[in-house]
Amino acid sequence: MSELKVDAETENLGEVLEFIASETPGLPEKTRQNILIAAEEIFVNIAQYAYRPGTGKTIVRVTSGGDVTIEFEDCGAPYDPLQKADPDITLSTEERDIGGLGIFMAKSLMDNISYRREGNKNILTIKKEIS
Amino acid sequence: MNTTKTAADGVCVISLDGRLDTITAPQVQPEIDTAIDEYQNVALDFSGVTYISSAGLRILLAGHKRAAAAGGSLKLAHVSGQIMEIFEMTGFTGILKREADHRQ
Repeated sequence: MSELKVDAETENLGEVLEFIASETPGLPEKTRQNILIAAEEIFVNIAQYAYRPGTGKTIVRVTSGGDVTIEFEDCGAPYDPLQKADPDITLSTEERDIGGLGIFMAKSLMDNISYRREGNKNILTIKKEIS
Repeated sequence: MNTTKTAADGVCVISLDGRLDTITAPQVQPEIDTAIDEYQNVALDFSGVTYISSAGLRILLAGHKRAAAAGGSLKLAHVSGQIMEIFEMTGFTGILKREADHRQ
């Protein structure tokens, strides 16, 4: 398991994705891409909302080798993004709102996604099964 | 993300090269907006796009609405299979009409 601690700011997205990519070598390109998209959605969500209007840290933990598991930890207000309703993706352009799409994409791209509150920490875990 | 812009027959083609993510999408959006305001009909050449997250989808939806309001359209060309899967997953295939062969 490897860990990266960064300021929860969107400008650190590149660093987070490079860290995850370097910790998950040898994956098929599409699998890696889908993991990175899901990770972006989770990290950006934390960066934009967890500490607003203040700032804080995010810890990213990657476990790979077989299946890939990535944990995102922050100490912001309790927030479970999985409780948010999925967007209606059948709506026409005019009716379509983009809200909630990022978390929906993370759910769709990963095999498992879960949230838990531990003390003052939000921990969101995404998992991709590698066959 | 690098972009190049060409125009022919009243259609502006913007070629995108790189990742369309939380960092790059807001940089590309003004360019798309400007092209829509100027030409109404805009095509995005996606052959160089290797990655798209919800931030990228957001500017496509915004661009589509802006073009429709201006009486034009925003179309996509040369979308890779991998990107198309993201469009299908998020219900964007119906929203964004593709042009298989736009003029170069």
